[in-house]
Formats: sequence, structure tokens, C-alpha cells
Amino acid sequence: MMSDSALIRLSGITKTYGRGQAAFQALKGINLSIGAGDFVAVMGSSGSGKSTTMNILGCLDVPTSGSYLFQGVPVERLSRNQRTLLRRNFLGFVFQGFNLLARTTALENVELPLVYRGEPAAMRHAAARSALQQVGLEDWEGHSPAELSGGQQQRVAIARAIVTSPAVLLADEPTGNLDTGTSREIMELISAFNQKQGITVLMVTHEPDMAKYARRVIRFVDGRVERDSRDEGGV
Amino acid sequence: MLWNTLLLALRSIRRNLMRSFLTILGIVIGVAAVITMVTLGNGATQSVSDQISSMGSNLLMVIPGQRFGPGSGGAPSFKSADVDAVRNQISGAERVAPVVGTSATVVNQANNWSTSVTGSTSDFFPAGNWEMAAGRVFSETEERAGKAVCVIGETVREKLFGRQNPVGGEIRVKQFSCEVIGLLKSKGQSAMGHDQDDIVVMPLRTVQRRLVGSQDINMTISVRGASSIDAVKQQITLLLRERRNIGENQDDDFRVMDTRQIAETLTSTTKILTMLLGAVAAVSLLVGGIGIMNIMLVSVTERTREIGIRLAIGALEREVLLQFLIEAVVLSSLGGLVGIALATGASLFLAGLMGVPYIFDPAINLVSFLFSAAIGVIFGFFPARRAAGLNPIDALRHE
Repeated sequence: MMSDSALIRLSGITKTYGRGQAAFQALKGINLSIGAGDFVAVMGSSGSGKSTTMNILGCLDVPTSGSYLFQGVPVERLSRNQRTLLRRNFLGFVFQGFNLLARTTALENVELPLVYRGEPAAMRHAAARSALQQVGLEDWEGHSPAELSGGQQQRVAIARAIVTSPAVLLADEPTGNLDTGTSREIMELISAFNQKQGITVLMVTHEPDMAKYARRVIRFVDGRVERDSRDEGGV
Repeated sequence: MLWNTLLLALRSIRRNLMRSFLTILGIVIGVAAVITMVTLGNGATQSVSDQISSMGSNLLMVIPGQRFGPGSGGAPSFKSADVDAVRNQISGAERVAPVVGTSATVVNQANNWSTSVTGSTSDFFPAGNWEMAAGRVFSETEERAGKAVCVIGETVREKLFGRQNPVGGEIRVKQFSCEVIGLLKSKGQSAMGHDQDDIVVMPLRTVQRRLVGSQDINMTISVRGASSIDAVKQQITLLLRERRNIGENQDDDFRVMDTRQIAETLTSTTKILTMLLGAVAAVSLLVGGIGIMNIMLVSVTERTREIGIRLAIGALEREVLLQFLIEAVVLSSLGGLVGIALATGASLFLAGLMGVPYIFDPAINLVSFLFSAAIGVIFGFFPARRAAGLNPIDALRHE
């Protein structure tokens, strides 16, 4: 039995796409428990179910069956709006494709989650500036994504994800579109937020080099957890 | 939340200037076209009825026959005795002018001009709402004697005398020469488009004897201000039926027309034209709407991703929807207002060019504004609604 103090607990999660003959079972019963402050890398070939699991963990998608407890709250029983509020208050996202708003300055992109939280303008600006500073982009706040390099865009995305001080940072192949050097910088950054601020990090990757930054590696094969290893040494 | 959402919507408009501009453009053109067409149409209608009232709104015209236009169709014409009978027996008739019309070429020195020559009495001028610009009308003596005197209209003056004062001058009409004793004040074009100033008026006898050689006449009757035109028309019809021995079962062999009737016919024509123009313009508003729909659908991929991002980082579905709704309303209203402004400018300019009055029509402004707003909201909002209903992850993956 895993500890009940786990931040996240998945039990018997399945996910089926399509119906009838065309139905495809992407997840065939996932059991997982993730403690607060951990840094978990989720690995596996494409189609192994790792991204589906991440989307369910991020409350972006719902499982077909099974139970998902987030801080003891059964997520599968939450309404769409309640899941949104959960994302708003506890989760931060970093995507492979950055997903910044086009023609929008870095500062405004970082501010966006705070706007939806209803924070006053002055607080938003201060928090967004501070977040940009933490990712080393304090001099780029007025630039739109088109004027930034891939690495810089991902830094803005990270700043947007951590500006709300989330409990969990979900990163879906954050270095997938970046070269090796830039990838390392991004991983250092994510690692630093995990260590200094205690933000739990869940990261999907298929690059073993990037998985080395994590303390725990979960490997998916064909919709099941094949291996769950902990490297206490870390990086 | 509302204030924040409004800010988000305005930011989004500012960010997507090109898209916003194209969206607005369709509405602007549509609204401007509809309002301009209808406003000009209303102006034209007004101008027609103005011109008709310049003829005198209390005027009756009596012609033999049932057809509108020349030729009596075999019906006997009216004679001077009919004029006297109407004048003496119909109390509501203020002025009764016998009218004989013909066309002739008039000459002054080297200038000649083909015009219409009207024979009448001095009653013709007040009955027809004519005023004198210079000189005088003919006297009773001149009428009785059938003297060769005439009053000419502005167009005839211009063709024969240029800018000179014609009063005291002479014009030749067919075999005789005729002294110009007066100049009529210009009335401009009639409602039917003919030049009312292209006229030469002579005493009735002069025209009868020297130009047409018959005693046949028509009548122009002005009705006293206080009397009902319909009642006077009725009385005249009864009197003339009696004088012409028309049996009870027989139809009139003459017509009593009043200017109001003519006015109604003509204004109803221009109103129909206005509606036609408005309908054509409404099509352009519709096309503008389809343009908006196109732009919205083209941008739906980008918008869907944007909605996915917003949902993922914690925007509620209703917040996203409200933002897009506000965006659509702001854009459409802006387009509507710009369209109204443009239409006002264009209407003022074109009304001046066409010489019709500018009449502001609040109803059409409001209707086209609301219509454009509805188009913008429908086409801007519904694609967004579909996207906001997606799972965030599907919206993010949208290609």
C-alpha cells in the first residue's frame, strides 16, 4: 500500500478512444502514486499511453474508468468547471509546442493565469516580472513569441506555468522542439523550480538524457506501467 | 470578472488588428450601403413631393377623354362656356383658367427654340403657383383683344435672350411677332422630369386664333384653401356630366385630376424604387455578413488553439465564451457605427450631388445597426462556442 499522504494517486485508470470495433484502449489500468515535491519522468514510445496519462493527471482529459485522487479529492467526480478551477489553482503546464498566445507580449502571456485568478493588475505585473526574472528573461518582457527563440519561448511558458506557484508542474516533452544545449538549460530551470520551490514536476519525455534530471522514472509500454524506478542519486 | 474579460476582449482585438479590420469592413460596407440607399431614396421621394407641391397642391386639371395624355379619344372638348359655368357655379373653385397647349418654334434674332406655348388667362398664373421674376402678366384688355403679348419661362429666356432682360423684347412665333411683357420665376424640373420653365404663355384668344385655330380648351382650377379638394372635384364632375348630357349609367368622358393624386402616384413609384435599392443594398449587407463568417472560420484554427491554451491554464468555459462574445459585439458595433458615419457622409455628399434633400431616417439606421451586430455576434460567437466546448487537449491539438 502506498501512503495516503500522496499528492496524486491513480488506481485502475483506463482510457478507451472510439467505440465498438474501432475502439482503442490507450490505458489498460494504471496504478500510480506520486508524492509532493517529487520529480517524475514519464517515458515510453509513442502510443504507449504516457501522454494520455499526463492529460488525465493534468485534468485536461477524463479517464474512462478508474479513480484519480488529487490531494485526496476524487477528480473523476468533479464537473468540468471544477476541474478547470483545479487547474487554475494547483497546476501549471508546459507543452512541447510552447502554446503561447501569438502577437502577445511575454509579460502578458505570463500574466494570463493571474488574470483568470482575478488578481489586481499591479500584483499581476509584479508577479509576472518576477517569474520572467526567474527564467532569465527580464529584458524580453515586451517581446511577442514570434520575436523569441524556441528556448526563450519555452522559458516564457515555464514562467507562465510557475507564476501561480502551482503544486504540480506538468511538462509534456518540454524539450522536444529544442536543441541539446537549450534542452539542458530548460531542464536545469525546471529542476531548480522543483528543488528550490518544492514544485512537484511530472514530465513526459522520450530522451533518456532529460529523464536523468528526474528522481523517479516511470516507463510505459502498451498502456501499462512497465517499470517504475527511483534513482536516489538524482542529478 | 466582467471587467477583466472586457480587457481581454479589447486586447485580443488590438492584437489581431488585421482580422478585426476585415471583420469590421464587411459590416461597414453593408451598413453604409443600406443606409445610403434608403436615405437617398427617401430624399428623392421628398424631392418629388416638393416639386409637386410647387405645382400647387390645390390644383385640379380637367381634360376631355379618359386617357392620361394627349388625345381626347373622341370625347367632345371643353369650350369657354364650360369654364364660365365652373367659375360661376362652383363656389369652391378659386380660379378657373382655360388652357390651350401647343408646341411651336420661337425665334429671337438668330436664336430659335422649340417650346410649348400655352394659351390662358391671367388666372393661369396664380392657379399654377407661378410668380413673376420681371414684368407683368397680361391685362383683361389684352386677353379680350387676343393681343400678341407673352410671358416666358426662364429656359426660354436663356435660349433666346441669353442673360439679357427679355421684358420689352420681341419673339416671333410662326407668322407673328409677339411682345414679351413678363418673365416667370424659375420652378425647375417637374416631378415627371420635364422642364417647367420651358414655357411661353399667351392670352387664350391669341393662341386659339393664330396658332391652333380651334376653340377647344382644357381647364386648370385652383381650389380655395378652406374647401375640400374631393368635394370640389365631386361638384365639378357632377356639373360637367350634366352639361355634357351623360346619362346615369354612362362613364365620364372627361377626367378631373388633382395634383395630390399625381403626387401619390409618383411618390409611390419612388418609394418602390427606394425599397428596391434598399433590397439590393441589403444583399450587400448579407454578403458582408458572409465575409465575416469566412474570416471567423478561417481564423477558427488559431482561435481554437488559443481557446485550448486559455482553458488549459485555468479559464472557465463561460469566461472564454464571454470574452469572445464581447469581442464580437465590440467589433460588430464598431463596424455598425463606422458604417453609419460613412453612410451619413456619403448620403450628404450624394444628396447634394443629386439635388435631393438629406433626410435622416432613424429606423433604417437602427435596423441595419442591429442586423450587423447580430451577424457579427452569430458568426463570431458560434465558432468560439464550439471550440470552448472541446476538451482543452483537443482544442490544443486542433489543426
